[in-house]
Order: sequence, then C-alpha cells, then structure tokens
Amino acid sequence: MVPLSYYLMLSAVMFFLGVLGVMLRRNAIIIFMSLELMFNAANLAFVAFALYYHSLSGQIFVFFVMTVAAAEVAVGLALIVAIFRTKHSINVDQLSSLKG
Amino acid sequence: MNLGLHLLSLVTFFPLVGVLVILFLNDQQKTAIRWTALLTTLATFGLSLLVLLQFSTSNPDLQLVERATWVNIGGGEISYFLGVDGLSILLLLLTTFLTPIAILSTWDAVQDRVKGFMIFFLLMEIGMSGVFLAQDLVLFFVFWEFSLVPMYFLIGVWGGPRRIYAAIKFFLYTMAGSILMLVAILWLGLYQGTFSLPDLIAKGGLPATTQLWLFLGFAIAFAVKVPLFPLHSWLPDAHVEAPTAGSVILAGVLLKMGAYGLLRFNLSLFPQASIQLAPWLAAIAVIGILYGAAVAFVQKDMKKLVAYSSVSHLGFVVLGLFALTPSIAIQGSILQMINHGVSTGALFLIVGMIYERRHTREMDRLGGIWKVMPVYGALSLIVILSSIGLPGMNGFVGEFSILLGSFLSTVPYSPWFAGIAALGVILAAVYLLHMFEKVFLGPLNNPENAGLKDLRPREILTLLPLLVMIFWIGLYPKPFFALITPSVAKLAAALQTAAMTSIH
Amino acid sequence: MYFNLAPWVIIFPLIGMVVNLLVGKRLGEIGIGAIASLAAGLSFGVAVLLAFSLAAHPEAVTVQVAEWIPIYTPLGNLALSWAVRVDTLSVTMMLVVAGVGTLIHIYAIGYMHQDVRHNGDPGRFRRFFVYMNLFILAMMVLVSADNYLMTFVGWEGVGLCSYLLIGFWFEKGQDGIGNAKAAKKAFIANRVGDFGFLIAMFLIFSAFGSLRFEDIFSRAAQVAQAQPGIILAITLFMLLAVTGKSAQLPLYVWLPDAMAGPTPVSALIHAATMVTAGVYLVARSNALYSLAPVAQNTVAWVGAATALFAATIAVAQYDIKKVLAYSTISQLGFMVAAVGMGAFAAGMFHLVTHAFFKGLLFLSAGSVIQGVEHGEKHTGAAHGSAEASFDPQDMRNMGGLRSRMKVTFWVYLAGALALAGIFPLAGFFSKDEILAEAMQLNQPGVLVFLVLAAFLTAFYMGRQVFMVFFGKARSDPAAHAQENPPLMTLPLVALAVLSVIGGALNLPGVHTLETWLEHTIGGLQPAEFILPLALLALAVALLGIFLAWSLYGRSPLKHGQVDPLSKTLGPVFRGMERKWWVDEFYGKLVIGPYHALAGLLAQPVDQGVIDAAGNGLGTLTQGLSAWLRRVQTGFVRSYALAVLAGGVVILAYIIFR
Repeated sequence: MVPLSYYLMLSAVMFFLGVLGVMLRRNAIIIFMSLELMFNAANLAFVAFALYYHSLSGQIFVFFVMTVAAAEVAVGLALIVAIFRTKHSINVDQLSSLKG
Repeated sequence: MNLGLHLLSLVTFFPLVGVLVILFLNDQQKTAIRWTALLTTLATFGLSLLVLLQFSTSNPDLQLVERATWVNIGGGEISYFLGVDGLSILLLLLTTFLTPIAILSTWDAVQDRVKGFMIFFLLMEIGMSGVFLAQDLVLFFVFWEFSLVPMYFLIGVWGGPRRIYAAIKFFLYTMAGSILMLVAILWLGLYQGTFSLPDLIAKGGLPATTQLWLFLGFAIAFAVKVPLFPLHSWLPDAHVEAPTAGSVILAGVLLKMGAYGLLRFNLSLFPQASIQLAPWLAAIAVIGILYGAAVAFVQKDMKKLVAYSSVSHLGFVVLGLFALTPSIAIQGSILQMINHGVSTGALFLIVGMIYERRHTREMDRLGGIWKVMPVYGALSLIVILSSIGLPGMNGFVGEFSILLGSFLSTVPYSPWFAGIAALGVILAAVYLLHMFEKVFLGPLNNPENAGLKDLRPREILTLLPLLVMIFWIGLYPKPFFALITPSVAKLAAALQTAAMTSIH
Repeated sequence: MYFNLAPWVIIFPLIGMVVNLLVGKRLGEIGIGAIASLAAGLSFGVAVLLAFSLAAHPEAVTVQVAEWIPIYTPLGNLALSWAVRVDTLSVTMMLVVAGVGTLIHIYAIGYMHQDVRHNGDPGRFRRFFVYMNLFILAMMVLVSADNYLMTFVGWEGVGLCSYLLIGFWFEKGQDGIGNAKAAKKAFIANRVGDFGFLIAMFLIFSAFGSLRFEDIFSRAAQVAQAQPGIILAITLFMLLAVTGKSAQLPLYVWLPDAMAGPTPVSALIHAATMVTAGVYLVARSNALYSLAPVAQNTVAWVGAATALFAATIAVAQYDIKKVLAYSTISQLGFMVAAVGMGAFAAGMFHLVTHAFFKGLLFLSAGSVIQGVEHGEKHTGAAHGSAEASFDPQDMRNMGGLRSRMKVTFWVYLAGALALAGIFPLAGFFSKDEILAEAMQLNQPGVLVFLVLAAFLTAFYMGRQVFMVFFGKARSDPAAHAQENPPLMTLPLVALAVLSVIGGALNLPGVHTLETWLEHTIGGLQPAEFILPLALLALAVALLGIFLAWSLYGRSPLKHGQVDPLSKTLGPVFRGMERKWWVDEFYGKLVIGPYHALAGLLAQPVDQGVIDAAGNGLGTLTQGLSAWLRRVQTGFVRSYALAVLAGGVVILAYIIFR
C-alpha cells in the first residue's frame, strides 16, 4: 500500500503549484484554474486521510468541496466574462480599481 | 380584547404597516404617502394610549411583559423581552405623541423624495419605541443602534448644506460611545449568564471595581447621546443641518434615550458605582447647564441657539438623576425629559416655520416679526417662556423638583450644585429672551420681513397639542407624577440599600 | 360667610382674559374695556365680600382648589396644592390690587384708545387688556397663595406681565428696540431676584420639609433655636428677591426703564401693585424675619439707603415719568425699611396709601402726556413735521398746564401733596408712622436717611408740579394741550379722593389697619404718635416745597433754560442727572464680562477646543488610513502573496510553538 506521506507530498506539490500559478500568472482564467488545482490538492489530502483513518467524513467533505468549487466556477466565470465585457481584458494587473 | 398580550410589540412594530403601504405607493403620490405616514403614527399613538389604559399606576414593576428566548450564546441567554414601567411609559407616550406632530410639520417643508423620508421616519419610530421598551440588554442595543440609521439618512439626505458632515459626525460620535456600551453589555451578560435587565438587577453582586468600569462603559455611551459637556459638539451641527421634523425628533426623543439609559441602566444596574460617581456626573451636568447657556447666548443662528439650550436643559435632567435620594429630583428629571421634548420640540417647529418663509435662521436678518405675524409671535412667546421655566408652565415643575431634590440630596456637595444650577435659570432667561427680542421685537427693519404671512391653520394645529401639554403639565402635573412615582420609589429604595451596604 | 368664593378673585380675571382673547376682536374697544374692567371689578367685589367675612371671622381660611405637585418619595414628599389663603393680609392686598386695578382699567379704556392711535396700531387695544387681566390674575395668585411656591408662580407671573407690558410697543423706543430692551432688562433683573427666592425656598424646604405658610410659621421659632443660621440665610436670600421685585438697591435699575410701558401700566404694575410684592413678601414672612435680627437690619438699611439714593436721582430728572419712577423706588425704600424694622403694619399702611397716590400721580402724568400729545397733533398739523423729535414726556417742554388741564392739575396736586407728606393727606399719616416706628424701634440711622429722603421727596414733587403746571408753556404742543375725556378723569378723581382721605385707614390712636392685620401678623406694636417728629416731618416737607418754589416757582423756567439747580450743585447735579452712572457700572461690571465670557466659550473653547478635539480625532484617523492605504496595491497577485505569507506564518506558529 502506498504510504500516506506520498499522497500528502503529492497534495503539497499540487497545492504549491496552484499557489505559484495564482501569484505569477496574470490571466484570470489561468488563475482560476490554479485555484481549482489548490482545491483538488486539498481534496486529495482529504481522501488520503479518509482512507488512512477509515472514516467517511473526509470523502463526504470532498463532495462538498467539489460542489462549492463548481458553484464558484459558475460565479467566477460569469464575473470574468462580465469584466471582460467592460474592461476588454482579463489581465488582473490592469484591474486595480481597489488600489488604495 | 386579547390584544393585550402583545400590545407592546404591536406599538413598537405598528409603523411597519405604514412602511409596507408606502412601499407600494409611487413617489409622486406625495399626499397619499403623507397621509399614510400620519395615520399610521396616529394609530400608533392610539395604541400607546391603549398601553396607558392597561397600565396600572400602583404597580412599580414591569408591566405588559412579553418575553421569548431569542439566542443562547456562551451560557448567556438573549431574549426578546419587552416591558413598560413608570420609568418608560411617559417616554413611550412622548415618542408616539411627537412623531405624528413631526410628520405634520413636514407637509410643506419636505417636497423632495417624500417616500424615502416617510419610510425612514416610520422606521425611526420603531427604533425609539423599542429603546424605551426593551428589557434585554442586547435587544436594547439593537434598537439603540437601529434608531441611529434612519436619523443618519434624514440628516444626510434631507438636511442643509453641510448635511453630510453633520450626519457623519452624528453617527460617529454616537457609535463611538455605543462601542463601549456593547463591550460592557457583553461582559455583563456573559459574566452573569443573562442579558435580561430585571434578572441582572436581581442578581446584582458585582464587585465595586467592576461596577465602576461597566458604569463608565454605559455612561459614556449615554453621555454622548444626552449630550453631556464636553461630548456635545455633534449636537449643534446635527440640529442645524437636520430638517425641522428631524430636529424635533432628535431633540424631543433621541436625546432622551441617553438620559433614559442613565436612569434605566446605570442607576439600576450599578447602584454602588452610581453613588460613588454621582458627584462627578452632577458636577459635569452643572458645568453643562452654565456652559450651554453661555454659549447659546452668543449664537447668531436660531437653531444653534436652541441646540445649545438643549445642552443646558439636559444638564438639569442629568443633575436630577444623579441627585439619587430622596428621589424628588429623579421624578423631576423624568418629567423634565417630557417637558424638554415638548418645549424644545415646539421651539424647533417654530424655528422651522420662520425658516420655511424666510429661508434664513440668522437672527440679524429677522426682527420685528411679531408685528406682521401676531399669532406666530404669541405662540412662540408661550413656547419660549415654557422653555425659560416660567411657573404655571411645564418647564418650571420639572426644574423646580430637580433643583429642590438635588438641594436636599445626600450626594456630596449637592446643595452647591443645586445653587449653581439655579443660576442657569437666570441665564436661560438671558439667552431665550435675547432670541425673542432679536427675532420678534423691535422695528421691521428688513423689508424682506414685511410681507410675511401669519401661521396657516395646519401650522397652528401642529403646535396646538404641544401648547396643551405645556399648560397641562404646568398646572396639573399630578397624573404624570402618578405614573412615575411607584417605579421611582422602587429604584430609590434600591439605591438606598446600596448606600447602606456601601457604608458598611 | 363668603370664604368659598375666594378662588373667584383669580377666576374672574381669567374669564375676562379668555373672553377678550377669543372673541375680543368682535367686541370693539368699549366691549373689550368693559369686559376687562368688569373682570377686575368682580374680583374686587369678591375681595370686599371676603373682607366682610373676615371682619366677622378674622381667622385665616384656606380654600383648596386642586392638587398641584404631588411628589411622594420614601424619604420626603413635595406635596403642594393650588390653594387660596384668605387672611387679613392677603385680603388687604387683594383689595388694593383689584380696587386700584379696576380704576386703572377704566382709565385705560380712554387712555389706550388714544395711545393705540398715537402709536399707529389700533389692533393692539385688545392685547393690552388681555395682558392687564393676566396681570390681575397673576397678582391675585401671588397674594392669595398659601405656600411659597404658589407665591412664586404669581411672583414670576407678574414679572411676565411686566415684561409684556413694558415691551407693549416693542417696535418703539431708542433705535426702535429700546422698549424691548427695557422689558428684557426688567425680566432679567427680576430673575436675579427670583434666583434668591428659589434658594430661599430650597433652604426653607430643607429646614421645614414643607413650603406651606402654616407649617413654616408655626415651627419657625423651633427651627430657629436648632439652626439659627438657616433662618438668617433664608431671610437674606429672600431679601435678594425683594430687591428684584420691589426695585431696591442693587437691583432697582430695571424700574426706571420700565416706564417704556404705557402709562396705565406704570401706574398699576410699576407703582401701585407689583413692585410692592416684595414688601408683601417680607410682611408675609414676618415670622421668619422676626427671628433674624441681622436680616431685619439689613432689610431696613437696604430700604433706607434706596429711599435716599433714588430720591437724589429723582431730583434731577426731566422726564415726567422718570421722576415718578425714581420716586416710586424711593417710596418702596420707605416700605421696605419699615417692614425691615419690624413695623409690618406701618409698611403695609404706606403700601396702601402709596398705591392710591402714586397710582393717581402716574395716571395724571399719563393724562398730561396725552394732553400734550394732543397739542402736538394740533400744532403738528399747523406746522408740518417741524418738531420731529419732540418728547411729550419731557417736563422742559411743558409748563402752564394748570389752566389748560384743570382737573388733571387738581388731582395731580392732591397726589403730589399726599406724596410729599402734607397734613392731612394720606401720605402724611403713613410716612409719619414709619418715621415714628424708626424712632421707637431705635433705628436712628434709618430715621435720618428717611427724613432726608422725605425732604427730597417734597422738593422733587414741588419741582415737578411747578415745572409742569405753572409758569408759561415752553412749547407749542404744551400751549395747545387739552383736557382728557371723563372716562379718564373720573378714575383720577376717585383716586384723588382716596389719596386725600386714605390716612383714615390707620389714624394714630385708632390703628384700624393695624388691628386688622394683627390677626395675621403676630406681635405688632401700634406706633405711638410722636408729635415733635410729626411736626419735624411736616416742616421738612414744607421746606422742600418752599425750596422748589424758590427755584422753579418764583421765576419759572424759560424755553431752553438750564435747570437752576445745576448751577447751585454743579457736578453733583450732573451725577444725579446721569443716575450716578449705575447702568454704565453694571454694563462694565456684569453685562460686558458676560458677553466676553460667552464669546470666549463659544468660539475659542467650543469650536476651537471641544469641537476641534472631535474633528482632530477624525483627522488623525484619516492620516493613519492615508498611510495604511499604500498597502492596498491593487495587484491581486500581491494580495495572494500576502495571504500565502499569512498562511505560512500561522502554520509555522502552529507547528513550532
């Protein structure tokens, strides 16, 4: 059986890749995908722990996360489309109206 | 009638009916909107009279109680808890009495966005009634903050040229005080396991130092609202910018919330701290009396003058509250809250009437008005005299009982406080007669004033109920004292016990 | 027994006032005047009935009307009623107030008819009578109260009427605002006195636990034994109230200015009734004053000093009403000195006779003024507006009115002689009684002051009569002056008769008034008639009149001539003429500093410190935020970096703690 630490390692790598994606890329869609990557990293950790502890809670939580992620994508993509329509760009560096 | 069961909730939330109706009306149907608001508030006043009818004057405790658990948090129970007793019944009546009058005064004055104005006005009535009826600290706080919002908009949207500044100042000052009260409420509720006021009073047993801190937390919030010197500087700005009806309610009811808070919470919950800090609060009140009077005297704007006069008059109320025992002064204070609501409310109406005609409140640009507006002059004179505290009118009964009560009080130095505060009686005549002279007497020098029209019947109707109250309270205040006495006696007994225990 | 009628002395004027207020517009001038006079007259009728009842049953009776302030607490009650107290003292006052009041009401119908036209607003006729009835009402409340607080209601009520009536022509006077300012001055000076009244009431309540006369006076001796200081404090604070209302030093300054009111007002309020309220108050509180000799002395000295001081000013005034005003202050000084010495009956006696002759003098002065005004209109029509600044009240513009206004002249003469204290007129007896009491009660200083004041009184009254009525007219209006209609002269005649025979109320040896008052005021000693003193007083009065004749009568003043007295007295005359600069002194000492202080508090303190502190806190927060806002770069990725860093820090903390 694959040890737990492998799963966690993979999860950490995925999460870190997600973080780097969010921080380094400027395209909002890519950032979005990186976010999804982080979600999935978390999901992987959940599932791994569920298996390790023989508890279903982790698995159930994954479903919740996936549902929320789906909802978030729906809202997020809609937002991005709306932003693109008004600003003609989805480069996040150009969206700085909230600059103090 | 089985209404009795939820009478207080009904009084509090009845204005929502009006709000609902107005929401369905078009903004252009101004008359319909105004009538809806007026009838709703009149009905609310009727309901509050029903409360009065069911109120027993021999019972010092809370009556018509409504209580239901609302939230349980960290071992503390928050409940929806309404009740009325001698400390609050008159203030409830004052609220429901002044609101229709204020609405009537906006008939011509407010032409812009009538719908929003009336909705905010009705919402404010809910907040104010709730403050006087809530017997649970959290519920009280909710109503307290709730009443802030409509007034913020009334000043900020329908106010004068510096309305935004005034509205924000009003909001921030009150909020800053409220934060301290919130902390004190949370601490007290979690420590004692309940947020219900009667339960908290019954439990008591707070250590002296704790009482002191909690007292200050509450007192600062209320002192801003009263307002006590030197926390008053939001008041002149708010009054000057607020629309007339807003000023009436602001002076008539909102300021009373502060004094009522001191009475209901500080004196009841922290008797020992009250006794300990009474001389300090009384001293601040006396400073406020003289200071407000002196500053009012040199104002050029009528509304500002009346605003500073409120600082002076409310000083009397607070002085009376912290005269503690014997409770003659506390009774006088409660009556004086009503008196101030009536007289100063009427004063603001009067200022509003001239402002509507001349679009100025600068006293230098007025003068000799009595000659062209005899009815207006006579009615204004009555109101001004009542505010001066002329015997036979309402102000005197309150002021005299406050001064006499604090002269007899056991609080250290209180005879001196009473004696110095009595100087305020002279100064009140100085600044108010100064205003009367500047506005109403003398020759008509300014040709713009020559063509002024005297009061219309609707305006007289607006003032009439207030005039009736001025003379009723002045000549036959017995029914009012009958409502107050038992509850105050109970409070005074508690203070007395606290005084005894703190000696030993 | 008519005691139950007692509240009607208050209710009748109330009805009159309300009727005139509501339907007066439709009644016309005669109707308004009739209703108002009837109200005052009915009040007088009730007072007469009460007097008869008291004659049969001299014990005080209190008629309860309603509960007023009921404050009951576990540690003391403040319970007061609206109640009318009928005793010989209150009924004496009621008779004076309603009696003289009715006559003045009748006179005022005629006077105001012309006055409202002269001042150009006939609509104010009704307002005048509403105020007058309100005044009778308030005065009745004052004198009939059975407790101090109700007295205070009347006390301030009459002050209000005084305010309203002084400022009756509020758009007239110096710079158009003079009358209004005079009214305000009166109200505020009285409020200073009222402050004393309030404190006195607090002290009374703390010592006696009650404000009812009966409770207080019955226990006064007992309390005085236990706390002698408190009685002294009470009586001294009450003295402050007296100096305000009865225009004594140092608060008298409002009364001369109060002459801005229409003349019937000066007669009723500022001579006959309201200003005597202070004397009444001391007489009413006799039980307290008798226990505080220091206070008594103070009161007596205040009265005596005022009597002399005001008399000196009266000597050098030119305004016919101002002379009478200062004379009133001086005569009030006599009364206050009397009640201060403990001669309550003498003080009350002088109060009554003074109401007669000073009321008479003011009303006749009003008659003179309107006569001259009439002449002014007459000549004004002939000459155009040649004399725009003509002052119909200035005695230098008068002269020779004796022949043009016969009735007025004779009644004026009666009043003046009574005031000067010439035998056998009313003033002689009442003034002499005060002097006799001063001698008997061993107050030589007070006696000297009063005798000097009496001399000056005779002098200035002589000066006035000679200047107004004798010689030749010094102006055209005076030359064309005209006698007034009988509606005005008849009340004058009635008052003149009273001024002549008023002394009969309390003749030496008979002491009717004294016996009458004894039922209410305990421990009165009838003053002996001291013949040498009476002769001295008479001689002094005659000397004063002779001196006045030699200066103003022998060679009457010419048009534009300086007052002959100013040559003789020089700077002293100037001081008297300028009222010893007391108003200027108060302006510098009190009013100016208060203005400055209020200005200081309003601008530098309120706006500069208190308001600025609040706004400063706001600015500070804004500055802080302005600095902190730089953190918000607007780059989403740097926010993400911050989130990551935060997450790492928290994780690190959890792992490595």
